[in-house]
Amino acid sequence: MRQVVNIASKEFRDYFISPIAYIVISIFLLVTGWFFFATFFLYNQADLRNFFNLLPATLSFVIPAITMRLFSEERNVGSYETLLTLPVTFRDIILGKFFAAVMLVAVMLLPTVIYAVCITAIGALDWGPVIGGYMGALLLGAAFSAIGLLASSLTRNQIIAFIVAMAICFSLTTIDRMLFFFPQATLATLSYLGAASHFQNIAKGIIDSRDIIYFLSVVFIGLYGTALVMEEKN
Amino acid sequence: MIQADHLTKYYKEFCAVDGISLDIRKGEILGLLGPNGAGKTTTLRMLTGYFKPTRGTIKVKDFNSSEHPLKIKQLMGYLPESAPLYHNMLVYDYLDYVAEIRGIPREKRLSRIRQLCDLCGLHNIMHKPISELSKGLKQRVGLAHAMMGDPEILILDEPTSGLDPNQIVKIRDIIKQIGREKTVILSTHILSEAEATCDRIVIINRGKIIANGSAAELKQSDASGRILYITLNNAEFTQVQPVLEAINGVTAVTRVDADNSDQLAVRLTCVPDSDLRETVYRQIKETDWLLMEFRQEARTLETIFRELTRGN
Repeated sequence: MRQVVNIASKEFRDYFISPIAYIVISIFLLVTGWFFFATFFLYNQADLRNFFNLLPATLSFVIPAITMRLFSEERNVGSYETLLTLPVTFRDIILGKFFAAVMLVAVMLLPTVIYAVCITAIGALDWGPVIGGYMGALLLGAAFSAIGLLASSLTRNQIIAFIVAMAICFSLTTIDRMLFFFPQATLATLSYLGAASHFQNIAKGIIDSRDIIYFLSVVFIGLYGTALVMEEKN
Repeated sequence: MIQADHLTKYYKEFCAVDGISLDIRKGEILGLLGPNGAGKTTTLRMLTGYFKPTRGTIKVKDFNSSEHPLKIKQLMGYLPESAPLYHNMLVYDYLDYVAEIRGIPREKRLSRIRQLCDLCGLHNIMHKPISELSKGLKQRVGLAHAMMGDPEILILDEPTSGLDPNQIVKIRDIIKQIGREKTVILSTHILSEAEATCDRIVIINRGKIIANGSAAELKQSDASGRILYITLNNAEFTQVQPVLEAINGVTAVTRVDADNSDQLAVRLTCVPDSDLRETVYRQIKETDWLLMEFRQEARTLETIFRELTRGN
């Protein structure tokens, strides 16, 4: 556990040494801020529903950009060899990198709390869905980070890692709007796979164990897959 | 200290290391020599636990590599080839990170980093990003990285590549100094380096061990026969060749370039494990040739290496 903390804090600091964190956070805030406030005054409602509606799509682009370097860069530079011969286990490495990515997602979401604070100045905001929304956003962020980590472990090319992770995250986000393309028999399974609907449930303030289990299983599959890839590659 | 038993590594169909067995004693400096692509790096990577061997076992102290990989990693410090380190980190931050991972308590960390900074000469670069360092400086940071946890076993893959002659001498001194108490395994293709630093030399070719012993032992063995050089005056090659070839034990007589145009220089190849100097001298004494020079080829590690790895 000590090593997980060491690796996570090193990776987290790395984001702020390089310009990645600043660029990703600025773009995220610009995009969400723009789309949210562009229609906010037309709706004339004191809630953050619009912001949370957009979040899955935005995160499916932004999180792969955060996670793409985690393994690919190490493989490419060769520091992967140095890392693996330090007294750490695969589990330490995977969890360390995963938590670093999740922490950056949390830092990225933090400034958006200002939106909520601003809205309370205009109207009565129901804090329940907002808190639920942020919980859901963290779970969603964790699930997408695990997918991004898996994609990054597959290749030494960061661009490929980004595109693969984005494709998977974006498919999970949009799949429940594409159901009419699929045969009847698969609909129940496919709609369960959709990340957006699970996220919306939590964002409405309904904490259902099914939604939480969904996100935790995506995290588990992503991290376990990464472990299998690491095992396979040496 | 380290027992490697029949290590074999396949990359898909290609066999990089083919049944290498090594027994490395405590306090020994072992040099791994071989031409490019012989399997040196792969062997080291298996010893460090970075690669899993396709077949074979590694035992370090009493720990089996497949059961206690973490214990073994704690005992080892490893400098990979060309020192791949985190580019965007500062040298100090990187060493501090390694110290943290190696479990050096916070209060001792600074003094340990200082110590290694003195040993490896890192004073002026402590606050530079690793990406801005030259190859030699990066190599020295890598060496500090490998020694951070004060490991019992130090594995260095081409530790002196990319260094200038002064630094090479310095790194050799450091390795020798460490080798008094610690076990060091290093790979190199610089033969003089292996001879100067290593207690034992293992030559690998095409994934197999083809020689194993101290530099002195390797020089004594002459599997491919001794070579004599003779320079004569007042002699013709056509006369000399049949006479010398008639000597029992001489396998070939060839003409080589003489320093002086009216002299004749010949090269005699003899059967292994023989000393024909006396017989050859007596034979020449019976003729009216003038013996100008007579010497046995000094066997250097270079000639041995070339003989053993010929055909690559």
